[in-house]
Amino acid sequence: MSSYVGRRLAQAAFVVWAAFTVTFIALRLLPGDPVALMLSKRSTGGAPTPQEISTVRAELGFDRPVVVQYFSALGDLLQGDLGRSIQSGQAVSGTIAKSLPMTLELGAIALVLALAGGVTLALAANLGTSAVRRQIMRSVPSIIISLPSFWVGLLLIQVFSLHWRIFPSLNATGLRGLVLPAITLALPGIALIAQVLGKSLYSTMQEPYVDTIRASGAGPSRILIVHGLRNAAIPAVTVTGLLVGNLIGGAVVVETVFSRPGMGRDIGFAVTNQDLPVVQGIVVVASLAFVAVNLAVDLLYPVLDPRMRSTSRLVAAR
Amino acid sequence: MTATVFDVGRFASPASNAVRRFGSQPGLLIACAVLLLVIGWAVLPELFTDQSPVEGVAAARFASPDWQHLFGTDELGRDLYSRVVYGASLSLRAAAIAIVLAFVTGTAVGLVAGFFGGAVDAVTMRVVEMLLSIPPMLMSLVLISALGFGTLNVGIAVAMSSVAVVTRLMRAEVLRVRTAVHVEGAIVCGARWPRILLRYILPAAVGPVLALAALDFGLVVLAVSSLSFLGFGEPPPAPEWGALVAAGRNYMATAWWLTALPGLTVAVLVLSTTRLARALESGKSIR
Amino acid sequence: MTTVVERTNPVLRISGLRVAYRTAEGPVQALDGVDFEVAPGRITAVVGESGSGKSTLAHTIMGLLPGDARIESGSVQFRDRDLTALSEKDWREIRGRQIGLVPQDPTVSLDPVQPVGSLVAEVLRIHRLAHGKHAHVQAIELLAEAGLPEPAIRARQYPHELSGGMRQRVLIAMAMAAKPRLLIADEPTSALDVTVQRQILDHLQRMVSSTGVGIVLVTHDLAVAAERAEHIVVMSKGRVVESGPTAKVLGDPTDPYTRQLISDSRISMMARVHRPATEDSVAHVEVSGLVKIFPIRGEGIVRKRVRTAVNDVSFEIPRGRTLGLVGESGSGKTTIARLLLGLERPTSGFVRIAGQDITTTRGPELRQLRRQIQLVYQNPYASLNPRFSVEELLTEPLRNFGIGDRASRAAMIRDLLDSVALPSGTVNRKASELSGGQRQRVAIARALAVDPDLLVCDEPVSALDVSVQRQILELLISLQQSRQLSYLFISHDLGVIRYVSDDVAVMQHGQIVESGSAEQIFTSPQHPYTAELLAAVPGSRDHSTITTTSKEPTPWI
Repeated sequence: MSSYVGRRLAQAAFVVWAAFTVTFIALRLLPGDPVALMLSKRSTGGAPTPQEISTVRAELGFDRPVVVQYFSALGDLLQGDLGRSIQSGQAVSGTIAKSLPMTLELGAIALVLALAGGVTLALAANLGTSAVRRQIMRSVPSIIISLPSFWVGLLLIQVFSLHWRIFPSLNATGLRGLVLPAITLALPGIALIAQVLGKSLYSTMQEPYVDTIRASGAGPSRILIVHGLRNAAIPAVTVTGLLVGNLIGGAVVVETVFSRPGMGRDIGFAVTNQDLPVVQGIVVVASLAFVAVNLAVDLLYPVLDPRMRSTSRLVAAR
Repeated sequence: MTATVFDVGRFASPASNAVRRFGSQPGLLIACAVLLLVIGWAVLPELFTDQSPVEGVAAARFASPDWQHLFGTDELGRDLYSRVVYGASLSLRAAAIAIVLAFVTGTAVGLVAGFFGGAVDAVTMRVVEMLLSIPPMLMSLVLISALGFGTLNVGIAVAMSSVAVVTRLMRAEVLRVRTAVHVEGAIVCGARWPRILLRYILPAAVGPVLALAALDFGLVVLAVSSLSFLGFGEPPPAPEWGALVAAGRNYMATAWWLTALPGLTVAVLVLSTTRLARALESGKSIR
Repeated sequence: MTTVVERTNPVLRISGLRVAYRTAEGPVQALDGVDFEVAPGRITAVVGESGSGKSTLAHTIMGLLPGDARIESGSVQFRDRDLTALSEKDWREIRGRQIGLVPQDPTVSLDPVQPVGSLVAEVLRIHRLAHGKHAHVQAIELLAEAGLPEPAIRARQYPHELSGGMRQRVLIAMAMAAKPRLLIADEPTSALDVTVQRQILDHLQRMVSSTGVGIVLVTHDLAVAAERAEHIVVMSKGRVVESGPTAKVLGDPTDPYTRQLISDSRISMMARVHRPATEDSVAHVEVSGLVKIFPIRGEGIVRKRVRTAVNDVSFEIPRGRTLGLVGESGSGKTTIARLLLGLERPTSGFVRIAGQDITTTRGPELRQLRRQIQLVYQNPYASLNPRFSVEELLTEPLRNFGIGDRASRAAMIRDLLDSVALPSGTVNRKASELSGGQRQRVAIARALAVDPDLLVCDEPVSALDVSVQRQILELLISLQQSRQLSYLFISHDLGVIRYVSDDVAVMQHGQIVESGSAEQIFTSPQHPYTAELLAAVPGSRDHSTITTTSKEPTPWI
């Protein structure tokens, strides 16, 4: 068992390194010159002189060979230094440290909503006597997933903030300010979980062992909850990783729509301003979180599925 | 051995079966109509609107939707409906680039990895894992930072975020067929690898991949419009749908149609393509 | 125990039962007027081939028909209640409590995430016969009664940690937990090895005599029915063709279908006319010291775990004769087939076919060698590409080896279909449209297309109905005679082996424990495992040591 954990940790470390490297390589593919761009955005009149560009470039260390830059940046990364923003000059790690709690807060609530909503919808699609109602429940997820996040968010603002004034709209803090953004962020997740869990439940209920339980005289609720859910959850858990990935990506749009401070909005600005270190820093941190979640899910498997546990108790006798 | 009346259904052409099922489902017909309409907008916008998407009539600013301006007008007096019509080609173009690029690349790489196995497969899977370690939206953002803005770059960025999943699926399918019993039977009959690849592996593996492509199309349209909402698409005055919604944000309180209607167009298009994709999938599996 | 009245009244009486399924092509009649009775304290066998309706019958009695099935008419009387008129709520008091079900395939019939003890205890809890800790204790007792060794330890284990036989015992324990009056055993042994099968059937017989439960034994295997059941019901196409006391029905059948079924099933008892080995029989196939070790992936970092599938196997097949390789699952017989075909390379040892060592041949040479060795595989649904038409399937080997041209190939295909007794019109059908028997014939035709010298048959008839089995075996035998083919015939079914083989080799755990001529092996086995296998074949020995209620001997002994 410990070798399994060890292997997964090593894999996680590899993946974070991979995220860093992929981002580094991609960002160095820039056709333009970020320094020149940045300087031209800063200065009020006239293009920056080649002199100015090379000075700033040397300052920021961009004149060294790419390989040297890479290892230097990697070394910094291991020490927790993610570089400095070209735009503001501030330490990236500091900016992230301030934005991270906001995004985490939003993401956590959205995750809970997605799980609760998704499980409820999946159960509704499989329970009950009315086949028509179940069919309707089954088609709800694909409708939800077709709605663009930014549109839903704006619609919610229009209805609940501007028209009915129930919730604050933009730049809001506190619990009430979380409601609309969390719902917007959670919706695709609800659809994803409802769809995957719903399908999994459906096929689990066709399994022969369900017939065995039914033949023992069990009622439909016992069958579904004690036997069905537990088995159906196993393949559905795979999707949690994807879900978190969607939440991370969705946060970029949602925080922008609701003008909420957070890592999502930060990276949006950074891309607009071509602020490489910020983009890279946020991507690495986000990948770290992503990988951590996937690792937790992987470790969850043996808990849910006894077949995945250590095989030391296997008996081969007749 | 003797044919019974039940055999007739199986021997009838798949085309006539498809047409029969098609007609019996109204949702499917609507989805098809929507898709054709949007394609029409993209290919021949002049056919659907005679107003200009870029020039506005100052007097008609912020007109709410009516018969003259189906979707109302914006802050410069431009007809929103025309802007949406002309924006269709931009969205569809980016989505097409993304899908084609992702699926052609993913299929080729997945085929090679699954077929040759060994070191090639190991390296490919490591690269796939690396790409999958970054959430898709962030991957797109990294690429936009690297490549710059614009429709083409948005297409490439979205492609990169989906290529890993396609590769993984294609590889899994190839592996599945490669080890199937009837493939072994073919080897025993003396078949050589090129033939196995062409006549056994590809026909079986292509099905699930195409199904994924059809389903993915909707998600790609969403991704493309999200990126243009964030401002990474064609610069204004290009009427990309996401950008239209972003521009309308400033006037949400007074001109609701500026954000609601272009967004609704995106939603309806994605709903239609998803519906069609699901119909294709279930149609294939019945046959 | 049971009162006199109960002992004489049938526990189950079915009259005029008609059940139909709704399908895309219209209603399909699964049961078309079924009448029979089940007496308590007896085993009643329901025998039929696939499509006879016996599974539908089992499901109807349990009230477990799927949503698209409808009971059209008739009644199922169970102890003064008509089961066809029950509501779902009423059914929950009957199922598991008064009528128990032992399902068919133990590998998929147990919830994989629950320990088996909990599964048994759950039945008690559902019917409020015990609670909490007490239920668990009782569950262990029930597992013990079902014959599970070390029940306290097993109760904590999960289904995947138990063997097939053990899982079947768990299912029996679950079915009997609430002491039902009627037990439906749906093919309870088809998925098991023959030695385990015997133990399970012994146990069922013991249960009948000790608890007085009535058992409905649904099976396709007439020999099992003959050996274990006092009463037999023969079904075909949704109807009861014949029923009555076993001895009478099998000894003096009135219906032609029953007669056909009996004669087809007698394969196991019919020995082939043996051709004595002639002095100058050249060894066509020579296998010596074959060893195959498989590494187990993902296990251990210091020491890799391995599985020895084949452990020093040697045998010879003279030209034109059949070697029957018999063994249970895991004996290594399929691995031997793959080694002979060059689909695997042995860890050591060699295989010589007509003097050429195939274990060292590779690449294009190996490919050419394939012309001499062909394969007929067990599962006709998997071995043929379902998308291909019969024509494409048969042309493939011809094209791969460059035999003939387009014109002559068409003629060759017609000849091939002829030799396997398939009409020439089959040529245009797709593989997915053919029945199991037809597909197997196509598989044989395909194997013959390149005119091989050796045919490896890996369980070629196990997946087929008994009547079709007989036809395919006859076909294989006649082809051997007309084309002078050598066969390596692999099967777990001793009856089939006896029918086709000249020589027999018995395998266990990757080794040959005994070999000799078929006559030798079947009449005077030397090795204890061989004796055990023979004894386990249904119908091959009498069961006077088991308490039964019937004293009449069956016509099989």
